[in-house]
Amino acid sequence: MEAGILVLLNGLVYGLLLFMLSSGLTLIVGMMGVLNFAHASFYMLGAYVAYSISTFVGFWPALLVAPLVVGALGALVEHYGLRAVHRHGHLAELLFTFGLALIIGELTALAWGRWPVPYRVPVALDFPLFHVGTTAYPAYRMFMMGVSVAMFVALYAALARTRLGLVVRAALTHPDMVAMLGHDVPKVFTLVFGGGCALAGLAGVMAGNVFTTDPGMARALGAIVFAVVVMGGLGSISGALFASLLIGLVQTVSIGLDMKLYAALGYIGLHVDPHGWLSDVWEISINRAAPTVPFLMLILILAIHPKGLSGSRSS
Amino acid sequence: MRFGQVVAAGFAACFVLSGVFVAGAARAEETIKVGLIDPMSGAFAATGRMGEQHFRFAIDRANNGVLAGTGMKLELVVLDNEVSPEKSLVMLRKAIDDGVHYITQGNGSSVAYALTDAVAKNNKRDPDRAVVYLNYAAVDPSLTNDKCNWWHFRFDADSDMKMHALTDYLVAQKDIHQVYVFNQDYSFGQAVERGALEMLKDRRPDLRVVGTDRVPLGKVKDFAPYIAKMQAAGADAVVTGNWGVDLALLVKAAADSGFKGRFFTYYLQSPDIISQVGPAGKGAALINAYFYGMAYGDLEQQAADFGKQYDQIFNFWTAVNEMEMLGAAIKKAGSSDPLKVGKALDGMTWKNPMGTVTMRADNHQLLQPMFISVLDSGTKHIFPDVNMGFREISRIEPEQTKMATTCKFPNAPR
Repeated sequence: MEAGILVLLNGLVYGLLLFMLSSGLTLIVGMMGVLNFAHASFYMLGAYVAYSISTFVGFWPALLVAPLVVGALGALVEHYGLRAVHRHGHLAELLFTFGLALIIGELTALAWGRWPVPYRVPVALDFPLFHVGTTAYPAYRMFMMGVSVAMFVALYAALARTRLGLVVRAALTHPDMVAMLGHDVPKVFTLVFGGGCALAGLAGVMAGNVFTTDPGMARALGAIVFAVVVMGGLGSISGALFASLLIGLVQTVSIGLDMKLYAALGYIGLHVDPHGWLSDVWEISINRAAPTVPFLMLILILAIHPKGLSGSRSS
Repeated sequence: MRFGQVVAAGFAACFVLSGVFVAGAARAEETIKVGLIDPMSGAFAATGRMGEQHFRFAIDRANNGVLAGTGMKLELVVLDNEVSPEKSLVMLRKAIDDGVHYITQGNGSSVAYALTDAVAKNNKRDPDRAVVYLNYAAVDPSLTNDKCNWWHFRFDADSDMKMHALTDYLVAQKDIHQVYVFNQDYSFGQAVERGALEMLKDRRPDLRVVGTDRVPLGKVKDFAPYIAKMQAAGADAVVTGNWGVDLALLVKAAADSGFKGRFFTYYLQSPDIISQVGPAGKGAALINAYFYGMAYGDLEQQAADFGKQYDQIFNFWTAVNEMEMLGAAIKKAGSSDPLKVGKALDGMTWKNPMGTVTMRADNHQLLQPMFISVLDSGTKHIFPDVNMGFREISRIEPEQTKMATTCKFPNAPR
């Protein structure tokens, strides 16, 4: 029972972190068709900028200012960089963001050094909020969960209820028509790109002090963010939320399953011979394969439903 | 014509004499290149570059102390391998083509396997361009056992030797009853797990291993689920060979969850881990040949000099020890020829600030004093804003660290 609650909580926190990171990307990919390889780099920048700000004025101002800084940077990149590259097609945009990711990575290492920086959890939140049996649950993690949920609600409300959200959603599927109707579609694009980067930056601010802030953090999370976005369906915020929670929970549950694959398959009625053909595969212990679970799920979902869980853009 | 002949003879004499001077000057000072094959870019660049700083420091010290003999200077050549075995072989070829006869490496036993094999093959086919491989940190035991190679010398205790010392200490802690073994899922992590399971078996009736787990290298961000498993299993100690972010995140997650178990580690003393983990790591134990703040001999002065010159914490003592022993071997051999130097290193004893160390002749593993230390407050701190440092708990003499070997050098020169 205790273990079950812990698995649920850990899965939720991890899943919500993935959501924070991928919500911006799903909008960018969904709306602009730009595979933004630099998305995780903006996440990293958010953490570093928050660290620098927090050394002067503490965590709370950093929480507000850092995402805005990263968002502004994203908007600049879109306005002066992506827009020029856009006319050359999707491949050019992809290469541009790929190069951008590399450049941001190296500049970060140049500016802050190659070692992790001591970006710490604010003292006000550095205590165990409650205990599940003998395990303490840190208050900061609950705070992270709270911010993620608030972010989802705000984003959903902004897209569903405001005029700007209406324009953004329309531009997702019918950009030409929206332009015909007189809306400044390029400006909307810049806003979405900047907004997406700001969300990634916010994720960085929240996660950088728990999961270490070092120049490799972008590379570590880059792949899984794409898995979440594709699984959830390009352009769908609720799809991204659902996919990230699913991945978070399934991966956390897998970590706790100390059983070999053939035993697990046996439970659901599929009997394989652990010593026969492909014995190396059947002998895999599920807890050791846990980090590959998101990608296996991605393959599964794409095989069944290529548009992702709630995709609205098929190209 | 006679005048012309005299002038011609004069020129010829000048050429010959200048040739003699040049050759004489060349013989008077010789540069011995040492190739460092380690990551300078990519995910492990920070560790690789820190290693580079230590080698520069070590070589400067060795040259200033003229350890290699008069006129013999060591020079560092840096070759980036991004911890990739394929790139390392390319770098090895480049080094050999550049006239490098001594290579050193430490980050990644996977790379070490590739290098030791390539070095053995190269030295067999091309003895004039033989290379000596000095291994400063790749600790998979096979490199000095079933995969041993006469041209490979290891300057850090192998993972079984470290586990032996660590488990001896752990077993002596009467308040520890349930141990969890947690490692990274690659050759080194698996060797640590194997060693731990073997050496903790049947040591004490009230001590047992309650679980093992492995994580892929540098991929897991959230260790809370693993800590939850350890708590569910009732572990009061964790034995881990994790290094880098994998260790820092593990210890941080443990502190966040209020996990009371003690950590027994190989690589806690990396400065980035201490700065991130801070007070959360209190009580964690470390097995190593050197920890920051050690006061034997002139170690504190060395650490201070290094810190002043490179603005970095002195950490890789094995690099300094290795360069000093290389210098001494070159002096003993009276030449920079790799075969002669290799023979000088074979079985060599050397005095360093901790005591006398010996390079075993039977498998080229260095026997040196090992130390169990504990991260604690109130000791000499490593960082000014983190009140934590290492306190020596127990010293293990070189002879006690010696373990049986299966090595029978297939390529020992006659």
